[in-house]
Amino acid sequence: MALEKQRFDTLILGAGGAGLNAALQLANANLKVAVVSKVFPTRSHTVAAQGGVNAALANVLPDNWHWHMFDTVKGSDYLGDQDAIEYMCREAIPTVYELEHNGVPFSRLDNGKIYQRAFGGQSQNFGGDQAARTCAAADRTGHAILHTLYQQNIRAKTHFFDEYFAADLIQDQEGIILGALVLDIATGKPLLIEAKTTLLATGGCGQVFRTTSNAHINTGDGKAMILRAGLPLMDMEFFQFHPTGIAGKGMLITEGVRGEGGYLINKDGERFMEKYAPNAKDLASRDVVARSIVTEVREGRGCGPEADHVMLKVNHLDEAVIAKRLPGIRESSKIFAGVDPVKDPIPVFPTAHYVMGGIPTDRFGRVMPTSDDDGDHLPGLYAAGECACASVHGANRLGGNSLLDILVFGRLAGKNIIDYVKDNPSHRPLDEANVEWAMGRLGRWDTKGEGITVSDLRKEFRKTMEDHAGVFRVEDMMQEGVEKVRAIREKLADVRLTDHSSTFNTNRTEALELENMIDVGLSIATSALHRKESRGAHSRPDYPKRDDAKWMKHTLYWQEGDKLEYKGVRSQPLTVESFPPKERVY
Amino acid sequence: MKFSVYRYNPETDSEPYMQAFDIEARQGMMLRDALMAIQEQDESFTFRHSCGEGVCGSDGVNVNGSNKLACITPLSELKETVEVRPFPGRPVIRDLVVDMSQFYAQYKQVDPWLIRKEPLPEQEILQSPEERDKLDGLYECIMCGCCSTSCPSFWWNPDKFLGPQALLSACRFLADSRDQASEERLNSLEGPYKLFRCHTIMNCVEACPKGLNPTKAIGHIKAIMLKDAI
Repeated sequence: MALEKQRFDTLILGAGGAGLNAALQLANANLKVAVVSKVFPTRSHTVAAQGGVNAALANVLPDNWHWHMFDTVKGSDYLGDQDAIEYMCREAIPTVYELEHNGVPFSRLDNGKIYQRAFGGQSQNFGGDQAARTCAAADRTGHAILHTLYQQNIRAKTHFFDEYFAADLIQDQEGIILGALVLDIATGKPLLIEAKTTLLATGGCGQVFRTTSNAHINTGDGKAMILRAGLPLMDMEFFQFHPTGIAGKGMLITEGVRGEGGYLINKDGERFMEKYAPNAKDLASRDVVARSIVTEVREGRGCGPEADHVMLKVNHLDEAVIAKRLPGIRESSKIFAGVDPVKDPIPVFPTAHYVMGGIPTDRFGRVMPTSDDDGDHLPGLYAAGECACASVHGANRLGGNSLLDILVFGRLAGKNIIDYVKDNPSHRPLDEANVEWAMGRLGRWDTKGEGITVSDLRKEFRKTMEDHAGVFRVEDMMQEGVEKVRAIREKLADVRLTDHSSTFNTNRTEALELENMIDVGLSIATSALHRKESRGAHSRPDYPKRDDAKWMKHTLYWQEGDKLEYKGVRSQPLTVESFPPKERVY
Repeated sequence: MKFSVYRYNPETDSEPYMQAFDIEARQGMMLRDALMAIQEQDESFTFRHSCGEGVCGSDGVNVNGSNKLACITPLSELKETVEVRPFPGRPVIRDLVVDMSQFYAQYKQVDPWLIRKEPLPEQEILQSPEERDKLDGLYECIMCGCCSTSCPSFWWNPDKFLGPQALLSACRFLADSRDQASEERLNSLEGPYKLFRCHTIMNCVEACPKGLNPTKAIGHIKAIMLKDAI
């Protein structure tokens, strides 16, 4: 049977905040745009973002984008590219207003303006007093934003392929991306979508770790597609462990809890963050707070019968504040921890949350295929959001900058794609050999017989990543991790499905996701092993200091031969002076 | 813990059947965890799920006769043998996966987006905390479908009656002080079916995993219509 083909101006893979904000620009400009999502759009993981989106609106306390920029550069441990960071912090302001105009139900202040709360790593006046920069819709900001963007896309008549799984990018001999091979999950039928431009907006990969705040769908599909297309991933060693996941389960408890006045205590009731971050205390940067919690537990001051977590205390706050500002957290705590935070503290421990690294792009969202500092982008290919690395987060992302990143760069990619399509109005010829290669990868799962199950290998893999690429990383442990993940990659060949039917076969999609996770996991483990310093979320007790002379550079990882190359940090902003690296204290 | 689970694969089964599974229940386990454990025993078992914390709305199922979100339904609250079925009244694609396209179509019918007629300000459109409070209980909907697929009026007239989810969404925009299309919204809901097929059976209120109250929202829309008529 012939492979069905459809043509669009633009293909967007992923329907979270980045994909939908890009789609909205494109549909409003009357481009023919296809959005492919493996789940119905409002199920995308943007929906789970709680605390809010940063923008220096100065609605509560004095603020400006330049202070936001400073905090982001410092938060990144000076690995972020300052041109992209300046752009993001400036654009934050119109981006949030545009969202509001589109209908996002932000919480409000008495004067009718958008409510803003304090979040970690925020300061006024370049490191001074705490700022309040995070625009919030109670503690359901991601939900409010994702639903609004989906609603506006319905209005704009964006063409959605709901519950289609993107398997591989299709490229020609020159490496230009021509679209993607996707799978209709409901029928199992493959479909080739040809497009003049492709935007990857496939989100994160937190599922590579056993304990994570990330959804089942966050398997790094776009990142893995990029690797298989012979392109690199950047800074994958930088993985953020959110300090406050529900202990033993991993569900997120927003930093907004601490922003509203909650704080962490150990088994002695000691407010321990005062030791680690005397000024910012519980609102220090996430990497700092996560390490402090793990240190408390390792040194025997953990809570509970296993002494394996700490407590997040909220019950000193007024019940009305909790009801108004943190209703979702109260609900989650009751359901998953059996605790009403109005009465008792919430048991928490760091949980794998966010990958700073991803598909390297310039500040226009265009994919950069080489380690050449002056290298050119790959025409027609874009990436935005957690699957991409602009790089605005560097070695550690600040809370509230993730929603911002997806919205700003999704919107920007959309605008740039409009211009690209104007200049490049025709489709390029398909490369049939490449289509056959992608079809072959799908066909591999039709092989029948005895073998390892998807779920067994997935368990082994996620445990390995947790044991060997977690909060603290030392050489031997990581070396062993890389070897184990390589061995797991070999074992993939022995995985067999027991279900070979076409209709809504989740066994097959989970196998494809497992391949993606292992490819991405190896990029994390390999990049981490070779970075011999501590910076941001990458913390090495064997190399405890940041080493700017040797390591103020981005890692690039290619799948072929597990090759690594390095590329300079773009320290020159667009219009202001560069923030030179300084010791990072909170 | 004993489960009886609805199975149907259109490629191999001439009709649906119930299959028994036995799961080792652990402290704090949710129904979603049990369904995943069942999937480990039988990889061909199919259901939708994602976030695992009750915000994405993927894993609505019918359990012991009620529609619930599997990921926030503790096993400790369920009576054995736990009977798990797909949402009632929707065409089954496979096992617990149903075709929700009618449900989404009804949502789209209420023009679920903010409509402004005046030019937009440079900054945010102002809204007082009291005005914003009116959206609470409406905007939090996760579109899981637990309500509409438990509603008899929706079962009988899914093509004509909009159902509780879509009407809750309609109310969310009617209640928004920033929206400027109330008249059009109300006009489009007139007639015997779209809104008025609601007979306040209130299954939707019972079913909503987020504690929302579509019946109240529907009543609110009716009240605005009545007020406008007078």
